[in-house]
Amino acid sequence: MTADIRNWVHIGTLEDIPREGARCVKNGDMTIAIFRTAKDDVFALEDKCPHKNGPLSQGIVHDGCVTCPLHNWVISLETGAAQGADEGRTAAFPVRLEDGRILIDLSYSHEAV
Amino acid sequence: MTKQKLVIVGNGMAPGRMLENLFEKDRDAYDVTIFNAEPRVNYNRLMLSPVLSGEKSYEDIITHGDDWYAEHGVTLHKGARVAEIDRDAKTVTSENGVTASYDKLVIATGSSPFIIPLPGKDLDGVLTYRDLDDVEKMLDAAKRGGRAVVIGGGLLGLEAAAGLKMQGMDVTVLHLMPTLMERQLDPAAGFLLEAEFKRRGIDVRTKANSHKILGDDAGKVRGIRLDDGTEIEASIIVMAVGIRPSADLAREVGLDVNRGVLVGDDMRTSDADIFSLGECVEHRGMCYGLVAPLYEMAGVIADNLLGASSEYTGSVTATKLKVTGVDLYSAGDFSEGDDREEIVLRDASAGVYKRIVLKDNKIVGAVLYGETSDGPWFFDLLKKGTDVSDMRETLIFGQAYQGGSPLDPTAAVAALPDDAEICGCNGVCKGKIVTTIKAKGLTTLDGVRAHTKASNSCGTCTGLVEQLMQVTLGDAYNPAAVTPMCGCTHLGHDEVRRLIKSKELKSIPAVMQELEWTTSGGCAKCRPALNYYLVSDWPDEYADDYQSRFINERVHANIQKDGTYSVVPRMWGGMTSSKELRAIADVVDKFNIPAVKCTGGQRIDMLGIRKEDLPAVWADLGKAGFVSGQAYAKGLRTVKTCVGTDWCRFGTQDSTGLGIKLEKFMWGSWTPAKLKMAVSGCPRNCAEATCKDIGIICVDSGYEIHFAGAAGLDIKGTEVLGLVKTEDEAIEHVAALTQMYREQGHYLERIYKWAKRIGLEEIRRQIMDDEAMRVAYFDRFVFSQKFAQVDPWSERVSGKDKHEFKPMAVLTKEAAE
Repeated sequence: MTADIRNWVHIGTLEDIPREGARCVKNGDMTIAIFRTAKDDVFALEDKCPHKNGPLSQGIVHDGCVTCPLHNWVISLETGAAQGADEGRTAAFPVRLEDGRILIDLSYSHEAV
Repeated sequence: MTKQKLVIVGNGMAPGRMLENLFEKDRDAYDVTIFNAEPRVNYNRLMLSPVLSGEKSYEDIITHGDDWYAEHGVTLHKGARVAEIDRDAKTVTSENGVTASYDKLVIATGSSPFIIPLPGKDLDGVLTYRDLDDVEKMLDAAKRGGRAVVIGGGLLGLEAAAGLKMQGMDVTVLHLMPTLMERQLDPAAGFLLEAEFKRRGIDVRTKANSHKILGDDAGKVRGIRLDDGTEIEASIIVMAVGIRPSADLAREVGLDVNRGVLVGDDMRTSDADIFSLGECVEHRGMCYGLVAPLYEMAGVIADNLLGASSEYTGSVTATKLKVTGVDLYSAGDFSEGDDREEIVLRDASAGVYKRIVLKDNKIVGAVLYGETSDGPWFFDLLKKGTDVSDMRETLIFGQAYQGGSPLDPTAAVAALPDDAEICGCNGVCKGKIVTTIKAKGLTTLDGVRAHTKASNSCGTCTGLVEQLMQVTLGDAYNPAAVTPMCGCTHLGHDEVRRLIKSKELKSIPAVMQELEWTTSGGCAKCRPALNYYLVSDWPDEYADDYQSRFINERVHANIQKDGTYSVVPRMWGGMTSSKELRAIADVVDKFNIPAVKCTGGQRIDMLGIRKEDLPAVWADLGKAGFVSGQAYAKGLRTVKTCVGTDWCRFGTQDSTGLGIKLEKFMWGSWTPAKLKMAVSGCPRNCAEATCKDIGIICVDSGYEIHFAGAAGLDIKGTEVLGLVKTEDEAIEHVAALTQMYREQGHYLERIYKWAKRIGLEEIRRQIMDDEAMRVAYFDRFVFSQKFAQVDPWSERVSGKDKHEFKPMAVLTKEAAE
C-alpha cells in the first residue's frame, strides 16, 4: 500500500563519501549511516549495531558488509542483518542514485529487530 | 585360520619401525608380543640430546604411546628382560616369569655402552649415555651443579657435554685422540668443532688418557686422574666412548654370534625362524650405530615376515651432530691417500669449512662444517657414484652453483632426482614425499611427517622437507604460518609479507590481485593487516589507505562504548608543566568533557568527546604544543620513565632524559601491534620496564635492554636483549629491534609473541652480535620515520579528512516532506 508512496530525499552526492567508507545523515534523534562500496553502490543503515548500538558508520566497509568498530559484528549493508552466527538486524533504508545524487527514503525501512 | 605369533625381544627404534612397516602392509598377519627391558613405551632415542639440553621433554619424543599398542593389538611387557629362549619349544620367558610362544622371533636387543675398565668405574656418579634413565640421572646431577667430566669426544659424548652445559653444569670433555669426532671429521673440522665447544665454555682436552676415577669415602665420584697426573674434580663422570652390540642372549641360545648377532641379507640369524636387527647385529662384517641402516633392516624384515624375499645389502651412512647451533655433516670416507684428491673451501669469517674427497672423479667422502645444506646432495652423488668431472670447478660451492648463476634453494631441491634421500634417519626419498603430498593432499609439515616419517626423527632435514613442500605445492604451502590470514586467502601472514617484498606489491588491490584473494575487497581482518604491511615495507611509496584502518587510527582518537571518543596528548617521557596542564583544563571546560583520567602510561586522557568536536579540541591542544599521543595506534605508544638521576637518590643514569629522547625519536612509528616502552633509572625499576614490550634498566655500567614483556591478557617478565654502554647505543639497539619486529611481526602480534616465534637467540644474534645487520635495521627505521613523524592532529586541524568529522546532511522535518 505505502510501497508506492515513496519519499525520496536528496542527501548529497556520491563524491561526498569516500570509497569503502561512510558518512552520517542526522534525522532528528536518529543518525543514518550512508555507505559507499568499492563498486560505488550506496546503502543506508541506521547508525546502530544491533549488538550494543555501535556506530556502524565508523566501521570497515568490505564486500557488501560493514564490520562494527566496537565488537566486530559484521552487518549486511543491503539488509541490515548480522552475518555469521550473530543474530540481529539494523534498520535499512532504500537508496537511489541519480546522476551521482544520492536519494534515500526514510519513511520506509526493513524492520529493525 | 589362526594368526601366526610374532615375539620381539627389545622395544627400541628398529623393532618399532619394523612393526610400522609390517602393519602398513598387513595388519592382521601376526599376533605380536614385545618384551621390553626398559619400563616404558617406544621413544625416539635420537632425541635424547634435546631432552638432556632441556629443549624437549620425554613426552615430545614418544614414538608409540600406550594407545598405539592397544590400537594395534600388540601385547607389550614393560620392564620384562628376557631370561630364556627355548628354540625347540619355540617359547620366550622373561626374568619376571612371563612366557610367550612364537612362530617367528625377532631379536632386537640393541647395544650397550662400552664401559672403560678404569679403576673406580663402579663408583656412584659414573654414568653412561644410552637411554632415558641415563638422561634422568644426568638431569638430576645437573640440578646439584658442579662439574661433569665426559669421557669421549665422539657424537654422543659431545651431545652429552653440550646438554649438560645447557643445564648449567661446568663441563670437561676428555678425548683420547688429537681431534674430536675423528671417525667422522677430518682434523680441520675437528678443530673448528673444538673451538666452538670452547667458545661455549666447555673445557675440551684432547690426547687425554684417563687413568683412574677418584671416589670419596661414601663411594661417590669426586674426580678423575689422567695419565699425566692431572686431576679434575667432578661430581659426575659420563662415559661415552662407544657402544657394543648386546648379543649375549643370542649367544646363550646357540645362535651364531661374532661381534654381533650374525645375519644374512634376509636378516635371518642361523635359525631360520629367528630374525635380528638393529645395533645388536653384524651384517657383512659391519655393526651399525646410526639409525638409517636400522630402518632399512626394519623394512627388509617386515617384507620377509610376510613371505617376501627382500634383501639388505648394507648402508653407507652420513652423520649429523645434534647440538643446537652447530652445523656439521659428514659422510663416507675422507682419509687421505695417493689415489685421492680433495677440494677444500674455507671461509674463516663465516666459520665455514667444506671438504670433498674424490677418487676416480667420484665423491667418496664429504665433511661440511658451518654450512651443511648441501650435505644430502653430496651424499646422493656419493651413494650413486656419479662422475663429477664436469662440475669439479664449482662442486664445492654446492648444488645451487651447478649450471650457471646461483639459484634459490627451492630450485636446488626441485632439481634433485626422485630417489635422492631427504630424510637420512628414516630413509625417505624425494619421490616418496612428493607423491604422498599429492596423493593425500597434504599441506602441512605435520601431515607430511605423519604420512612419510620424513623429518620425524632428528628433524635436521625439516628445512629440506619444507622446501620440497614449497616446490610441490607452490604458493599453497606456507611453511611458517599454516593458518591463513583470514577467509579471503589461503596464505598465512609470513607468506604474504614475503610476497609483498619479493613481488614488489605496493597497494592493497595489487596484493589481492597477485596473491589471488578469494574475495573482491578483502575483509576487516586482512585489510588492516595488508595496510600495515605496505606502510611498513614501502614507507616512501605506499599511500596509507584510511578505509582499511580501524576507526581509532582513522580519526586518531579512541572510540568509546557510547560512540564518543577519548583524546590523549603526548607527554614526553611522562613530563608535563603548568602550562600544559592549564591548556588541558581549559579544553575540558570549553568542550564540557565529562571525564579526565591519568593513564597507565603517564599521561592524561580526556574521555567522552563528541566526534564533531575532535578537530576543535585538537586545535586548542595544538596551540599549547601538544601532539597526538597515538594512544589508539598499533604503533609506538608511550615511554614511561622514572625520575632517574635528576631527583632520585638511587638513580644511576638520566632515565627521564633517555625516555624523552627515545619517545621523540620513535613516535609516529607504526608497528604490528601496540608498542609500549619504559626506562627505569636503576634496578628498583619504578617505571616497571620489565613487563613492557621494550624496556631499559639503567645500571652503573650502562643500559640493560629488555624486551618481550607483557602485562595484559598474558603476564610475562621481559627477556634481556643485552647490555650497552651509552645512550646512543641504547637508542640504536632499541630502534633496530623495533624495526626487526616491524618487518617480521604478524599484524596484531605483540612483540613477546613474535619473539617466541622467531626465537630469543636469533633476535639477540641479529641485534646484539651482528653489527652490520643492526645498523641496517636502524637505517631502515630512520628512513621510515621520515614519513611517519607527521602529527595527525595538526593535519586534521588544517583540514585533512574533514568529511570524517561532519555529518553529510542534517535533515529537518520540512526537508523530508
